[in-house]
Amino acid sequence: MNGVIAGISYRALLGRRRIWLLALLPVVLLGLAVLLRAVGADGERATVQLLQNFAIGVMLPLLGLIAGTGVIAPEIDDGTIIHLLAKPISRPVIAQTKFLVAASVVAAFATVPTFLAAYLLVGLESGVAAGFALGALIGGVAYAAVFMLLGVVTRHAVTVGIAYAVIWEGLVGNLVPGARRFSIQQWAQTVADQISSSAFLTTGIGLGFAATALAVVTVGGVVWAGQRLRSFSLTGDE
Amino acid sequence: MNLELAQVSRWYGNVVAVNDVTMTVGPGVTGLLGPNGAGKSTLLHMMAGFLAPSGGTVTLDGTRIWHNHEIYRSIGLVPEREAVYGFLTGWQFVLSSARLHRLPDPDDAARKALAMVEMESAADRRIETYSKGMRQRVKVAAALVHDPQVLLLDEPFNGMDPRQRMHLMDLIRSMGAAGKTILFSSHILEEVERVAQQIEVVVAGRHAASGDFREIRRRMTDRPHLFRVRSSDDRRLASALIADASAGAVSLTEAGLEVRAVDFRRFTWLLPRVARDAGVRVWQISPADEDLESVFSYLINRSR
Repeated sequence: MNGVIAGISYRALLGRRRIWLLALLPVVLLGLAVLLRAVGADGERATVQLLQNFAIGVMLPLLGLIAGTGVIAPEIDDGTIIHLLAKPISRPVIAQTKFLVAASVVAAFATVPTFLAAYLLVGLESGVAAGFALGALIGGVAYAAVFMLLGVVTRHAVTVGIAYAVIWEGLVGNLVPGARRFSIQQWAQTVADQISSSAFLTTGIGLGFAATALAVVTVGGVVWAGQRLRSFSLTGDE
Repeated sequence: MNLELAQVSRWYGNVVAVNDVTMTVGPGVTGLLGPNGAGKSTLLHMMAGFLAPSGGTVTLDGTRIWHNHEIYRSIGLVPEREAVYGFLTGWQFVLSSARLHRLPDPDDAARKALAMVEMESAADRRIETYSKGMRQRVKVAAALVHDPQVLLLDEPFNGMDPRQRMHLMDLIRSMGAAGKTILFSSHILEEVERVAQQIEVVVAGRHAASGDFREIRRRMTDRPHLFRVRSSDDRRLASALIADASAGAVSLTEAGLEVRAVDFRRFTWLLPRVARDAGVRVWQISPADEDLESVFSYLINRSR
């Protein structure tokens, strides 16, 4: 962790209008919660569905994508990353710092609104709010690592990231039972299920597997990104 | 400190960008000269640790540069791309550089570096409001903040107005005189000529020539040299010279004789003797094409 790099990265990520891009989805989530409450559809079942399908299913991967790639891909694109890399700082430390910035931003923008949306609808009933908040936190951290790695590995991080979130996590992960085991969203829901006692939330993955997978993906993503940064090359325009 | 390249090659797939280059860059100012696409940036990126050589080694005083972030304690890099964090002020940018180097007094170092490039007055403005030349200077300040022994600059004078250019040239010259190892790339001949003591010419990925400008010139003995000679009797000198094979062509002009010397060494040996034997007094001998442009275009044509 390097404070100077973290400071610059926070400013780049949250500066000016970009913060509204991050705030948009949480605002939509809260708006949907308010709407459900207003029409009287604020039962536990509807709440769990909203959190599963929107908070974890849509908001979390997109926030992970915006923050995870946003924390490094634009700098690689325009070459400003050289300012950080041409310093006597180990590249894995740079990757870890970038990850912490992305993870903290996703955590803040996903966890709090998820908890609030659930609380608005069902209060603290059945531990739904706490469970999904924790699931969003841990899942968001994993997404931040994966998408940051994408930002380092490919110049088309956003495209690849959206394809991954929509096709794999959105379609395959929801429809193909076997693929479900390899989906961050499903792992996040497994975590939520541990705390929540709601009968409307069921997951088919054991906590042991989900926790291990989340740890492997997160640590693996950060370590790999650090290694890729060690070999960061300028190919020049010639 | 010495930057050493030993039989360095770099290829991208089937394309060879740098081909078997061996050179040592020592203290003083070295200009890396070549046309666009010659491989200057590729070489510079390998020296800066931002590209792995496909073959050969790039070292700084014997220490490998690639995969070694510690070398940035000794190296300052001014990349060609002008992108800098636009949301930072010049002061914040240079200060961040000082802090990333963990300097004992980052504020003081940043102040000095900004003063060196005469950017104090604009230091509190955001970089996005800067002109291209100002961005370049603030990048130089950030690269100099830790007082590196080695400074690498990729096309540093691009986008600078003449006054800024002059100022940076002075700065580079004085750092070179202070014993720092400085290398800058350029495709503009007068820049290199004015700043560098040592010139490394790269053409089509190959190390085409090395030395100070005159030395490069002298080594190219197979190149015809054009001299302008003024004497007490041009006509008589011309007929005496033309008898020798080393003077390829001699023409009589208003301004004196123009002699195209085919064999440089022999001609410089011959001229005084021929003049003496013919009883002609030589007043002036001046090279008519002793500018970098003609040396350069000759080198390019030769290596094609």
